[in-house]
Amino acid sequence: MVQLRLPKNSRVTPGKHHPAPAGAGKTKTFKVYRYDPELGQNPRWDTYDVDTTACGPMVLDILIHIKNYMDPTLTFRRSCREGICGSCAMVIDGRNALACLQGHAECKGDKIMIGPLPHMPVVKDLVPDLTLFYAQYASVEPWLHTETPEPQKEWKQTPEDRAKLDGLYECILCACCSTSCPSYWWNQEKYLGPAALLHAYRWIIDSRDEATGARLDELEDPFKLYRCHTIMNCAQVCPKGLNPAKAIAEVKKMLVDRVV
Amino acid sequence: MSPHLQVWRWHVTMLTSILHRMTGGALYAGGLLVALWAIALAGGPESYALFTGLLGSVLGKLVLFGFTASVFYHLGNGVRHLVWDAGHGLDVKDANASAYAVFGFTIAATGAVWAIAFMTGALS
Repeated sequence: MVQLRLPKNSRVTPGKHHPAPAGAGKTKTFKVYRYDPELGQNPRWDTYDVDTTACGPMVLDILIHIKNYMDPTLTFRRSCREGICGSCAMVIDGRNALACLQGHAECKGDKIMIGPLPHMPVVKDLVPDLTLFYAQYASVEPWLHTETPEPQKEWKQTPEDRAKLDGLYECILCACCSTSCPSYWWNQEKYLGPAALLHAYRWIIDSRDEATGARLDELEDPFKLYRCHTIMNCAQVCPKGLNPAKAIAEVKKMLVDRVV
Repeated sequence: MSPHLQVWRWHVTMLTSILHRMTGGALYAGGLLVALWAIALAGGPESYALFTGLLGSVLGKLVLFGFTASVFYHLGNGVRHLVWDAGHGLDVKDANASAYAVFGFTIAATGAVWAIAFMTGALS
């Protein structure tokens, strides 16, 4: 359901200010979403004046600096710091991005906002609960379905058929796209969301997969697939430059093609 | 629940999408307006004069202007959706460009209709 306002217990209140230590170089202010379920309080925006001369160029560097030197209670996910694990997906400056790929110098404004992925349950601070997101991914059965006996060596594919998977297999499941989508915000219990649908298409067009029809049947549903209204936020924010909207459009086309 | 609309910086394609929904809604109301016009016409010269008088007022003109703009926006963006459904123009750059093209078309077409209406004396 469309609910424009946040539920009462989720409205963000002003929080603490953490000034930069004396003798700091050039500082920049970051407004960071803080929520601790154990406090029993509403989330708050804490502000940090960060000495940007003391840390690296990316937003993730800023967060690590805050955690190491200013406020050890700050919680966030991170791992590879090079845009391949998808752990540090969050809202930065009003758009979903990977903190490790987003330079803080590229963010405009004098206060840069950093929050958890939008319209998701929050575990703590910048850590969203992605249980549903992963369940939706699992629901498209993202593995090869075959009926013919397994070949002795490997399933073969022509270079042309292999090329059809480009722009799809690169997805790292960071959830930037799904949580940027207003349709997903309002209907996430029923709509699969851009990431799961991109993966569904990745298996549908795989020349080696033999369950194409069943996969299409599974998606032919007013909510699972057709809540996509081509809002395009998914493609606008994808940190890997992929285009889930296009993948969804291809699935819609295939569903039409098989009945005409 | 984490903040969503409260923190989002809008994309132009997000704006065109919600405007499509809103103008679509406005066209329902506009359809009623056209039906009322037909009813007023069938009711004879007096009811017709009353109806056109209402529409000719400042408020009426404003409503009509909104209706015209909605028609052209929904038409333009509808064509955009058709092209998308055929599988074209879905790259981010193209989708952004076509969004501005639809805005341009809406302004130009609405402006043209109203200019013609004023020049031919259909409106004053």
